[in-house]
Amino acid sequence: MRIGVPKEINLEETRVAATPETVTQLKKLGFEVAIETGAGAAANFPDAAFQDQGAEIVTDTQTLWDQADIILKVLAPEEHPELNIHEAELLKAGTTLISFIWPAQNKELMERLAARNCNVLAMDCVPRISRAQKLDALSSMANIAGYRAVIEAANSFGRFFTGQVTAAGKIPPAKVLVIGAGVAGLAALGAANNLGAIVRAFDTRPEVKEQIKSLGAEFLEVNIKEEGSGTGGYAKVMSPEFIKAEMELFAKQAKEVDIIITTAQIPGKKAPLLIDAAMVESMRPGSVIVDLAAAQGGNCELTESGKAVVKHGVNIIGYSTLPTRLPTQASQLYGTNLRHLLTDLTPNKDGQININMEDDVIRGTTVIKDGEITWPPPPPKIQAIAAHKPASDAAPAVPNEPKKSSGLGLAIAVMIGIILIGAVGWAAPAKFMEHFTVFVLSCFVGYLVVSNVIPALFTPLMSLSNALSGVVVVGALLLVSSTNTWIQALAAAGTVIAAINAFGGFFVTQRMLRMFKK
Amino acid sequence: MLLENLVTPGLLTAAYLIASILMISALGGLSRHETAVRGNLYGALGMALAVLATIAGSQVTSYTVVAITLAIGLVIGYIAAYKVKMTGMPAMVGLLNSFGGLSSALVGYASYLDAMTRVYNPPWTAAEQAIHSTEVYLGVLIGSLTFTGSVVAFAKLNEYITTKPVYLPGRHFINLGIGIACIFIGIQFVGADLDTGILYLILMTILSGIFGVHLVMAIGGADMPVVIAVLNTYSGWAATVTGFVLSNNMLIIAGTLVGGSGIILSYLMCKAMNRSLLSVMAGGFGEAGGTVVTGAGAEQGEVVPITAEDTGDLLASAKEIIIVPGYGMAVAQAQHAISEITRKLREQGVQVRFAIHPVAGRMPGHMNVLLAEAKIPYDIVLEMDEINEDFPQTDAVLVIGANDIVNPSALDDPNSPIAGMPVLEVWKAKTVIVMKRSMATGFAGVQNPLFFKDNTRMLFGDARKSVDAILGSI
Repeated sequence: MRIGVPKEINLEETRVAATPETVTQLKKLGFEVAIETGAGAAANFPDAAFQDQGAEIVTDTQTLWDQADIILKVLAPEEHPELNIHEAELLKAGTTLISFIWPAQNKELMERLAARNCNVLAMDCVPRISRAQKLDALSSMANIAGYRAVIEAANSFGRFFTGQVTAAGKIPPAKVLVIGAGVAGLAALGAANNLGAIVRAFDTRPEVKEQIKSLGAEFLEVNIKEEGSGTGGYAKVMSPEFIKAEMELFAKQAKEVDIIITTAQIPGKKAPLLIDAAMVESMRPGSVIVDLAAAQGGNCELTESGKAVVKHGVNIIGYSTLPTRLPTQASQLYGTNLRHLLTDLTPNKDGQININMEDDVIRGTTVIKDGEITWPPPPPKIQAIAAHKPASDAAPAVPNEPKKSSGLGLAIAVMIGIILIGAVGWAAPAKFMEHFTVFVLSCFVGYLVVSNVIPALFTPLMSLSNALSGVVVVGALLLVSSTNTWIQALAAAGTVIAAINAFGGFFVTQRMLRMFKK
Repeated sequence: MLLENLVTPGLLTAAYLIASILMISALGGLSRHETAVRGNLYGALGMALAVLATIAGSQVTSYTVVAITLAIGLVIGYIAAYKVKMTGMPAMVGLLNSFGGLSSALVGYASYLDAMTRVYNPPWTAAEQAIHSTEVYLGVLIGSLTFTGSVVAFAKLNEYITTKPVYLPGRHFINLGIGIACIFIGIQFVGADLDTGILYLILMTILSGIFGVHLVMAIGGADMPVVIAVLNTYSGWAATVTGFVLSNNMLIIAGTLVGGSGIILSYLMCKAMNRSLLSVMAGGFGEAGGTVVTGAGAEQGEVVPITAEDTGDLLASAKEIIIVPGYGMAVAQAQHAISEITRKLREQGVQVRFAIHPVAGRMPGHMNVLLAEAKIPYDIVLEMDEINEDFPQTDAVLVIGANDIVNPSALDDPNSPIAGMPVLEVWKAKTVIVMKRSMATGFAGVQNPLFFKDNTRMLFGDARKSVDAILGSI
């Protein structure tokens, strides 16, 4: 089959759906690849580079669309300004189109495409399950957007990100708050942290806390417990109480931080308003807000979609498509996502695609099949991210679980102990009690002293305590001067043996301990 | 003599107090590597102070005997301590234990003779007499039991006798009978005069000696760490009772410290095997010890062998390695070659660590001592609890002469004899290399499903030779 990659017609679009590298791999799958002339120019992939990898360069747009069986694009089809025809009309029947579609927002386009009796796979509809990560173009783009958001912020920010102490004085580090720790948010956290800023993050989903911490950021929390995880790893709309607490947190943070990067979006809905005008006003002049949700209405009240504006002395950046500002990287990742999808679609590597609707990933991605709209798909069977692992699932079945000592048992033991000690005291003479006191106290001392010995030293501990049990030598010595020959003989033998025990024990312990070296 | 007048009973007690403090500090010092050497010196100092103060005290006058006996003890102790190999440490500890028990028993006899022949002023009351006799009886009982038990343990560890458990028919009844007989003789002994009393004492000594032999004979090789710890406890308690016999607080304190530390060690060892102290002492673990499974893997699956050269390549290309040593490493004396491998790999930037199971080897902490002997830095030698969670991130695990402590059926087979015993979860690593002489089972006589896992490679042959071959190929 022949793959056609047209030049993107949107004037702001700099990305391209294939790179020389992906062309090589597509050819290995058995496809022929045709690239419209100049398609990769904005992403720094000249026609010659594609040609080197065996792609055919087609100069005429109409020809490219006509000859192709599969069209790879970045943006959804729109009105072609030069040909005065909608791109959907260029699709011939039976062709497969793979691009971003946004079916929820583009009902009319969907009908138009369906009317062409073709197949459409929407890269924005890839299900969020582990197996599909390699073709998740939204994550690829979000990653780039997060990185670029920090670069944009740094560009507009009048100070260093990292703190320094220089001969000319001390420079405090910039404080960055990232709201929403999705793929973009996490990328922003990582980038800002690498630039040396102090980074904080907020998210309604508790399971991202660990990820935030792993990137060296602080996780901000509100005191209301509410589960913010929706299906497919996205966030859901929160309760009014939660939103109130959250807004208070943001208002407080706005006064402290230098840079706010907002990434909060809820699928198919207008982006939630998180930063109101008053908060913007409370920020220090020269601060920066980067609103990654600008195209969905913005997380900040004062964001103007597609523009960078200055309000109350604060730079508010609302560029809607940050990935287009990193075209080479974005094309590489998007092209690779497409290549992975085509690999899945071509199980036999024979250049023939098979849209297998039994496959969860392909089913979710396919929005039009043979002219029929198949969107929205049934919900994916597998949860994207296991929200809360049940604590028991890692613990293996242990048959003989140690019983927890109950308070009652302890109380009884203490009572018995007291009664026993009392009984001994009542019955025994005073001299015995004196020794008994020493004995009981030594028991406790011994327990406390030895209970925190590390296992690595068990052997030296044993040989040392062995040596200490040679203290019997003192007892033997006390009797060795007896006038009774029997007693003296027994005591002398005892002295020799106990002395071997003591001396041998100390020497061998010393020998062992000398070996433990760091 | 001048010295006797100088060392008053009060001063003697003060010396004993200082000695006790030093001994407590000694055990406390042993809790960390950094303070351990100092701890041992404190112990020796405390002991020296106690002995010197006793000699200087008024009760000791026969200096020649004292000098000769102590000199003999010093020489024998020194030679024994510096001749013993580190792999022979468990046996050494067992032997020294037996000495502790024997000397306690001898001192008990001497004290009994002393008390019965001496004329006290004022004369002892009946209660004092009874208490003293009971103390003597207990001291001799524990002492002789410790002595014979430790001698058997020593013989077993040196393989002078079989390491397998040996049972007499109706052994529990024999034990019970000896116990009842000892109590009965004890009651007779307390009221008896010297001539009959000494006969009772000798009779009981024989009985408790038999009891000690019988008890330890029934214990298998894998339970040896617990037995050593338990016998250690006994030798401490024997000293404590001797302290009561002689009304000497110094002995009570030192003996109790030893007894208490032994109890804690025994408890930790039992916990590491998920068994109760009673079931260990009752014996009966590993009857089938060391049976060769014929037609290996008929139902378990295939074992995949690997050569030493491939092992070397695998280790050299890994980032994270964990080495799990067992008793087999001690037997093969492979620790020095392992140390050399570790050094080479670390030079190449490979992170190498050791995972030690609490009951690996034949004595608590046995593996740590061997690795230390081979100059492996102790900060890369980790305990099971510290390292068990790291296996999934590990590229390669090298299991040397260990079996039961890496057996996954302890966790997933409730019917396994070792079910519930905490084990090192080596199978979670990317690759596990098991070095083994043959497909024989471990001491517990349990087949090990680890050998049949997909990510397990078996390196058959003598551990020492295999390790040398690996070393050559890195």
